[in-house]
This record gives sequence, structure tokens and C-alpha cells, in this order.
Amino acid sequence: MSTVSTTPTTATAFATARAEGRAALVGYLPAGYPDVQGGIDALRAMVDAGCDVIEIGLPYSDPVMDGPTIQAAAQAALEGGVRTTDVLRTVEAVAATGVPTVVMTYWNPVERYGVPRFAADLASAGGAGLITPDLTPDSAPEWIAAADEHGLDKVFLVAPSSTDERIAMTTAACRGFVYATAVMGVTGARATTSDLAAPLVERATRLRPAGGELPVGVGLGVSNGDQAAELAAYADGVIVGSAFVRCLLDHPDDRAAGLRALTALTEDLAGGVRRA
Amino acid sequence: MTTEVHRTTSYDADERGWFGGPEHGWGGRFMPEALVAALDELTEAWQEAMADPGFVADFDAILREYGGLPSPLYHAERLSRQVGARVLLKREDLNHTGAHKIRNVLGQALLTKRMGKTRVIAETGAGQHGVASATAAAYFGLDCTVYMGAVDTRRQALNVARMHLLGAKVVPVESGSATLKDAINEALRDWVASVDHTAYLFGTAAGPHPFPSMVRDFTRGIGDEARAQCLERYGVLPDAIAACVGGGSNAIGLFTAFLDDEDVAIHGFEPGGEGVDTPRHAATIHAGDKGVLHGARTYVLQDADGQTIESHSISAGLDYPGVGPQHAHLAATGRATYTPVTDAEAMEAMALLSRTEGIIPAIESAHAVAGALRVARELAAEKGPEATVLVNLSGRGDKDMGTAIEWFGLGRTDAEVSDDVTEEPVG
Repeated sequence: MSTVSTTPTTATAFATARAEGRAALVGYLPAGYPDVQGGIDALRAMVDAGCDVIEIGLPYSDPVMDGPTIQAAAQAALEGGVRTTDVLRTVEAVAATGVPTVVMTYWNPVERYGVPRFAADLASAGGAGLITPDLTPDSAPEWIAAADEHGLDKVFLVAPSSTDERIAMTTAACRGFVYATAVMGVTGARATTSDLAAPLVERATRLRPAGGELPVGVGLGVSNGDQAAELAAYADGVIVGSAFVRCLLDHPDDRAAGLRALTALTEDLAGGVRRA
Repeated sequence: MTTEVHRTTSYDADERGWFGGPEHGWGGRFMPEALVAALDELTEAWQEAMADPGFVADFDAILREYGGLPSPLYHAERLSRQVGARVLLKREDLNHTGAHKIRNVLGQALLTKRMGKTRVIAETGAGQHGVASATAAAYFGLDCTVYMGAVDTRRQALNVARMHLLGAKVVPVESGSATLKDAINEALRDWVASVDHTAYLFGTAAGPHPFPSMVRDFTRGIGDEARAQCLERYGVLPDAIAACVGGGSNAIGLFTAFLDDEDVAIHGFEPGGEGVDTPRHAATIHAGDKGVLHGARTYVLQDADGQTIESHSISAGLDYPGVGPQHAHLAATGRATYTPVTDAEAMEAMALLSRTEGIIPAIESAHAVAGALRVARELAAEKGPEATVLVNLSGRGDKDMGTAIEWFGLGRTDAEVSDDVTEEPVG
């Protein structure tokens, strides 16, 4: 793809946000919901309304880290017949906008596709890398090798329960950013932000490798601009998933209304990360 | 006799849970980072407990006085005459709550108390592990929540009632296929949010490290007892041992004591459902592919994209699309042989054992009996009547009477189970 060389990486997206004195907004939707093209349209609406990084979920039959909202959309996508190749097609269509695009996936579909082949095909689709919720760096030698070969981002998770030693190990293995899960629990919008978020971001910031300034993105539970502003006060990025998915689930029979809701939410969140 | 849970074999995992070493990659730990600290804490507590003679003695005493163990090793003489070889049944069906599972839950619950946690969660398919967990929770005074597929709560209303009576909360799981694998997913979701005070009593020797090795340690008494009982009575080891394999806890419980007895043939019998050439089976090792499910790399029934395929078995306790990673390792190394047994073969064995021995087995265990009879006939042809096959009768069939009524058309006053027990189900 001719656009690949000019596509910003997640690192440059975070750096740009930092230069503007704000946090980056990372938006998630699963591929294939309500169908492949509908998912692409929705993700593009989020790009147009101000997401700095896009995260595309690969729907999986056994999503142990996801709450009911993301489960519902991913299951509908699978029932609609979405395939791994459709996810890569979605990545290509979204990355073509110039916004860095990462895939969030449970591990088995990547292993089944073939780790080197997945890395190669993701890179050639313009994808920036992977977020792996059930793969920690100490179980990931094959993925780390493939990602390094193709220059892909390796985004691993840290949690409030992580020891300092594991946060240091995990941030050292990350490229792009590290995903700090702000609550002990699964994905899903929550009414208030977690008081576990700030101490975790502080630890990740303190324990990441010196000099590299790996960005710390914080997610799980964010649903509006005020919450985003709260997190943006101390995190490099604010990651939002279930609240976006909810916009689509709430308008099953009116796609235009779903896109309007997505746009409005993105604008609210983009405002939030700018008023910290 | 002690349970001797501290002994090791040549087929154990390394300290990170890899069976056969990381290069072969069976097992391991594919889990969210949020659970890693809890899994590390559990690994440490389990290893300390296994090395503590006090813990081992406590576990042994509870199994003996509360669980009704050791279970007898029974020579099924009429069955033996039919096949021409000696058939020995390890009577786990006589345990408290009716199956081998009481060993695992009492072990894990005792460990939970030792770790100072106050609540346990469990998943269950047919309800047997749920009932066992609720039993152990009642015994130890722990708060208990059981996740059960919504489809299964309707099919197994009696077990739901038993769990309620034992004081457990039962949560029907509507997500995914609303069966066992989804109950595991939901239990894991609970655990991510509750891990500081909650232990997950995993129901089989699968899942992330340390569960496959820890559950094995708590169930290996089956084989330790059976091996000693066989030696004591006959002065020799069996020629072959047999168990059914769903997730594989009763099987690994039997196999472990014999793994380094290279002359003992080890047979696992998988649920062949309506046939492994149909989509309706759960023969994971026979027909699955290497993959990652519920935190371990093992054989998984999956499609070309790595999505888990729903399994089928007439026996709900064997209906799981994965299998414990140590079984994958034993299959890959050739130390154990895994063969499918169909629904019809299992039901035939259920009827046969009922009528020749007066023992109604669980349909799970009937798979082991059916497979063992095949092995016994082969051995009889080779070695004559001294040939010995030891079968783990992992549970009793009371819970399966609904299925048996439908399959055999039982309960009508004019009904009589025909000798041709493979006939079509009635009703």
C-alpha cells in the first residue's frame, strides 16, 4: 500500500497529542458489527469526529475479558459470519484514513491464522500492531519475534493487581503504548472512574523503561467527556470501548442514528481529553 | 495408605506449567494480566501445601472421614467372564456426592481456607462439579457462587436444587452457547473482579497453570489407591487402565500413579457423540487441533479461524471442546492412547454394567467401561483370563436417569430393556 509509509504510528499519534498538551483518544469497536461495511463506516465516523488511534476488535467465541456490551456485538458479528480476513479488510479500510489502527484480539485466532502470517498480513493491511488481552509478554515469544520483524506495535496490559516487577517487565516489552486497565473487572461503561486508575498510571509511568517515554493509555469503564477529562489529567491516552459499542447496539434498525450517536460521543470525549 | 500427593512423574509440567517443555508448548498460562498475580499466589500456596505434611494429612483425613475414601477396587466377575479377562472397577461412584469430583473440591477448598479467602466460585456443566463445590463450601463454611449455562440449568433442575439446598448461589449464564464453556468464561469474569477474596474452584485438570497440575494432585489419589489395591490383591500391576476423558480430571487422577509403569497401557476414551465423522461429538484429542482455550494450549475443537466449536456428548460431563493439557502431552508422546466411544456404545455399556453387576454407572463412566471392554477382549485374546484391565468408574448414574429413560424407553409398565440396547431412543 502506498499510504503505509506516510501513515502515522501510534507513537506519533501519542506524541502529537502530548505536544498539544492533551491526552490521545483511543476508540474501540469490534469488526463486523452490524456487518463488515457497517463496522467500517462506524470506525470512519469515529476517525472523522476526533479519535487519534483506532482499536479494532477481532470477534472471538470466548471473550473472557469482555462485559455484556462488547460480548453482544462480537457475538452478533460472529453470527453474521465475520472472518479473520474481514477483520484485516476492516483494518485496511480504516488505516487508509491515516489514523493509526491496532487490532485487539484474544490469542487463539492469531495462533490459528499462523503468527508470522498474521503479522505479515496485518502489516500489509496498514495495521499498526496488536493489543493482546490474554497474552502476557512472558507467554509471547513468537508474537514478539513476528511483531519485531514487521515493526508492529506490541501493546500488553497492566492491571491494578500487577506487581511492580511485572509492570517493569511488561512496559519493557511494549511498543506503541501500554494499556492500563483501570478497574479489576471486565470491559463495560461505568458511572464513575475507578480510584485504582491514578495509582496504576503512576506506577506504569515510574516503572517504564527510562528514556523511551512509552505512553500509558488507560481504559475500562470510560463513557463520557467528563470521565475522559479526569483520566486525561494524568494519562497519556484515554481508551474507550463499550460506550462506543453501546451507540450501535442502541440503534439496531437505524444505522444513520447510530453513526450520529457515535459522532456525538466522539466529540464529547475528544473535548474531554482537551480540557484536562 | 496415604494419598502421596507429593510424588512426581516423568510427565510433569515445568515450573511455568509447560508439559513437555516450552518447545512443545502444551499448557502454559494464556490469561489476562489482571489474574496473573492471583495465579502466582495460588501456585505458591499449592506448592507449599503439597510440601507440608500437615496439609497432606488434613486432606487425607477429610477424604477418609467425610469423602468415604479410599474407594474400593472391585473385581467385576460376571463382566469379566463375559469378556474373558479380569475387569477391575475403581468405585469412585461410591464417594460422597457420587463421583471422583469430591477429591478435587475438598483439596481446593482446603487450600482456599489455608490462603485465607472467604468465597469460592465454580463453573458447572451438568451440575456435578457445582454440587461438589457447594458441598465443599458448606463443609468449610465458605460463600459459594456457581456459574451454569442457562441451557444446563433447565436440563439439570435437580442439581440446581441440590446446590440451592447446600446454600450456594447459582447464576444462569446466557452468553455464547449458554453451556459449560460459557460458564467458565463467566466464572473467569467474576474472578477478575473478585480475586482479592475469592478462589476459583476449577472443575477439571484444564485451564491456566497451576490448575492442570494442582487438580491432578488433588485427584491422583484415584490411581495411587488403585495401584496399591491391585498390587496388594493380585501381586501384579494391571495390563491396561482406562478412564473417560472430557476435561480429563478423573483420567489424570487414575493415570498419574501409572505413568512411569511403562508396561501398563493407558487408555483414555473420549466422547464420540453421534460419531466423529459427524459434527456432533466432543472427541477433542481425536478430532481437534492445537490451540489455546481457557488459558492453556491444548487440543481444541475449533473452526478455521480459531473460533471454538460447540461440542456434543450424551454425557453432559464430557461435553467440553477442550481437554486438559497434560492429556495433550500424553497423547503427543504416545504414553497414553485416546479413542472415541459413541453415545450408543456408552449407553450399551451403561445397560450392560447395570444388568451384569448391579451397578448403574454415570454415562461419563460408561464411556470408560465401553472402551475398556474393547481393550479387555483384545488382551484376553493375547494373554488369556489373567489379563487385567482396571477401569475408573468415576461416578454413579442416578443423575443420568432422565437420559436413560428417554434412550431406553424406561418407566412404562410394559417396558423392558431389550438385549439390543443400541435401538433407537423411544419417546
